[in-house]
Amino acid sequence: MDDIYIILVASLFSISCGLLGSFLILRRMAMVGDAISHAVLPGIVIAFLISGSRDSFEMIIGAALLGLITSFLIEFFHKKANLQTDAAIGVTFTWLFALGIILISVFAGQVDLDQECVLYGEIAYVPLDLWITDAGLNMGPKALYVSAFILAAVIIFLSFGYRYLHITTFDSAFAASIGISIGLWHYLLMGMVSMTTVAAFDSVGAILVVALFVVPAATSYLLTRKLKSMLLMTVLLSFLNSFLGYYLASTINGSISGAIASTSGVFFLLAFLFSPIDGIWIKAIKRNFDKSKNTSKTKFNKIFKE
Amino acid sequence: MESIWKFISLSDPNIISVVIGSVLITASSAVVGTFSFLKKKALVGDAVAHAVLPGICLAFILSGNKNPIYIIIGAFITGWLSLIIIDIITKKSKLKEDTAIALVLSVSFAIGILMLTAIQHSGNASQSGLQSFLFGKAAALIGRDLIMFSVVAVILLLMVVLFFKELKLIAFDESFANTIGLPVKALNLLLTSLIVMAVVTGIQAVGVVLMAAILITPAAAARFWTDDLVKMIILAAIIGAFSGWAGSLVSYVAPRMPTGPWIVMVVSIIALISFFIAPKKGIISKQLELAKLRASILEENLLKELYRMGEKDMNTSNAYTLDLLTMQRHFPIKYLKPALRRLLKKSLVFKEGNKWSLSEQGHQKGKRIVKLHRLWELYLSTYLKIAPDHVHEDAETIEHIITPELESRLEKLLDFPKKDPHDRKIPY
Repeated sequence: MDDIYIILVASLFSISCGLLGSFLILRRMAMVGDAISHAVLPGIVIAFLISGSRDSFEMIIGAALLGLITSFLIEFFHKKANLQTDAAIGVTFTWLFALGIILISVFAGQVDLDQECVLYGEIAYVPLDLWITDAGLNMGPKALYVSAFILAAVIIFLSFGYRYLHITTFDSAFAASIGISIGLWHYLLMGMVSMTTVAAFDSVGAILVVALFVVPAATSYLLTRKLKSMLLMTVLLSFLNSFLGYYLASTINGSISGAIASTSGVFFLLAFLFSPIDGIWIKAIKRNFDKSKNTSKTKFNKIFKE
Repeated sequence: MESIWKFISLSDPNIISVVIGSVLITASSAVVGTFSFLKKKALVGDAVAHAVLPGICLAFILSGNKNPIYIIIGAFITGWLSLIIIDIITKKSKLKEDTAIALVLSVSFAIGILMLTAIQHSGNASQSGLQSFLFGKAAALIGRDLIMFSVVAVILLLMVVLFFKELKLIAFDESFANTIGLPVKALNLLLTSLIVMAVVTGIQAVGVVLMAAILITPAAAARFWTDDLVKMIILAAIIGAFSGWAGSLVSYVAPRMPTGPWIVMVVSIIALISFFIAPKKGIISKQLELAKLRASILEENLLKELYRMGEKDMNTSNAYTLDLLTMQRHFPIKYLKPALRRLLKKSLVFKEGNKWSLSEQGHQKGKRIVKLHRLWELYLSTYLKIAPDHVHEDAETIEHIITPELESRLEKLLDFPKKDPHDRKIPY
C-alpha cells in the first residue's frame, strides 16, 4: 500500500509541475522557475514560525508571496538597473536562499526543517504522515490530499486561463493589442509555480522540483508541435517517471525523488536522440538524404542546363 | 566583543586557515566570475555547481575512498561535461538555453543525489564527509584544504593574467576575436575550464546552491561602479574577499551560523546597495537623472508655449493666466505649478497677479526652442521628404536635445530659412 501512496503522490505532484513547466519553457522562463523554487525558502521558514506546522494555509500564502516577490525583483533589477536577466536571476535567488538557510539556523529549535530536506526532500516519509480525523478514522497520507488539491488547482487555473496563457505565450504583442494583461498572467503563472513548489517541497526538495517542472515538458516539446498534445504527453511522462523512478530507487536503495528525476533525464535523452520530428538522429538521416539528393540535382544542372 | 577582536587579530590558528581559505576562494571565483558575467553566462556556473555532484559520488564509488585528488578529478569531469551537454542541447534542438541549463542542472543533481543516498545506505563508513560538498564546510577548513585552495587560486589568477587580452576579447566581442585569428574555441574552452575549476573548489566552501552567488554577484556589484575591465575585476575580487572574511567572522562569533550562507548574504547586500546607490548606473541616480530631464523638458515646453501665445498676439511679453496656458497645451497641474515656480526663481518668467509673462531671458529661450522645432520640421520635410503633417511629433522630442553646434549646422544647411513647412515664421 505504501508503494502505491508514494507513486500516487509523486505522480500527482509531477503532473502539476509538468503542466506549469510546459508554459515556463515555452515562455523561456525555465530558470525563473528554478529561481522561484529556491527563493521560496525564507517564505516557508517564516510561515512555519507563524503557523507552527508544515502543511498549512499560511505556508502556501507565504511561499506564493515570496515567489511573486522573486519574479518582481528579477524584473525590477533587469528593467530599472539594467542588469542582464541571467545575472538578475542568479543574484536574487542565491540571496533569498541564503536568507532561508540563515533563518533555519537562527530558529533551528523551532523549525522542523533541515538542509538535506530543503535540497532533495524525502518522499519516502509520505505514508507515515497520516491524516486521522477527530473520530480516529484513518484517511490515508496527508500528502495525498495536498497533492490532489494542488493538481485540481492547477487544472482549474489552466482550463480557465488556457486561452490567455496560450496567447500571451506565443504572441504577446497581439495579446496586448486586444487588451489582455500580460503582466497579470505572468504573475498568476508565477503564483501557481510558487504554490506548487511549496506543496511539493517536503517530498522532492528545492532542486529536484525543477526537474519535475522542466524535464518532462522539455521532452514532450521535442516530440510534438501542438501545445495540447504537449501537455497531454507531459502528463503521461510525469506518471511514467514516477512509476519507474520509484522502482529504480528501491532497487539501488537511493533517494526516490532523485531516481524519478534521473528517469526523466533518460526519457529526455531518448527523445533528444530519436524523436521522430526533432531528434538529432532523425535529423542527421534527413540531412544525409537531402545531401545526396542535392548533389545529384546539382550534377544534373551542371551537365544539362549550362 | 572579545571573540570579534580575537577573530580580527587572527590569534587562533584555526581562524587563520578558515579566513585565508574563504578569502582565497571567494576572491579567485569573483575574478573568473567576472568573465562569465560579461559573457552573459551567469547561470552556467550554477549548472556546473550542481553537475559536479555525480562526479564526486562516482569518484568515491570507483576509488572507494575520499582521496581529494580523485574527488576533484571526478567533479571536474562531470562539471565540464554538463557545459558541453548544455551547448549540444542548445545547438542541436529547438530548446532554448535557459531550459537546457535548468534541465542539465536538475537531472545531473538528481543523479548525484541518487548515488549519494545509495552510498549512504550502503553502510560504507568512509562516506561521511561527502555531505560537505552539498552545503560547504567553510567553518571547518583545515591546512590540507588550504594548500589546495591556494594552488587553485594561483592557477586561476595566473591564467587570467596570462590570457587577459584574449579573455577580454572573447568576453566583449567574440566575432571580432574570430576575425583577427584568435583561437576562439580554445579560449572558450580555457574560460570554461577556469569556471569549472573555481566551482569545484568553491562548493567545498559554500555548497552547491550558493556557488553561483560567489561567482557572479561580486561581478554584478562591481559592474555598477566602473566601466573599466581591470578596475571591475579588482573591485569584484575585493568585494568577494571582503564577503569571505565577513562571512567567516559571523560564523566565528555566532558558532551556530553557517559560513557559506553568510558569505552570500554579505556579498548580496553589497550588490543590492550597489544597484541602488552607485553613481550613474545605480537605480537612484538614474531615477534622479530622469526626473531632472523631465523637469527641464517641462520648463522648456512652458517657455515655448508662452512664446507661441505671445507670437500669436504679436506681443511676446504679454501676460497670460494659467487657464489660457493650459488651453494652449495640456500640462498636468501637479507638475505645472512647481515648474513655473522654478522658472520664476531663474527669473525666466514674471508673475503679475495671476498672470505669467516671459522675461527677456525667458523670451530668448522660448524663441530658441520654437526655432529649433520649426527648423527640424523643415529639415525633415525637405531632406527626408516626410509629409509636413507627420513631422511635428518628432520635432517635439528633438527640440530639447539639439546642441548649439547642431543648431548652427542646421541653420547653415537650410540657409537660414524664413518659413517652416506649416508656413509659420522661424524666429532668429
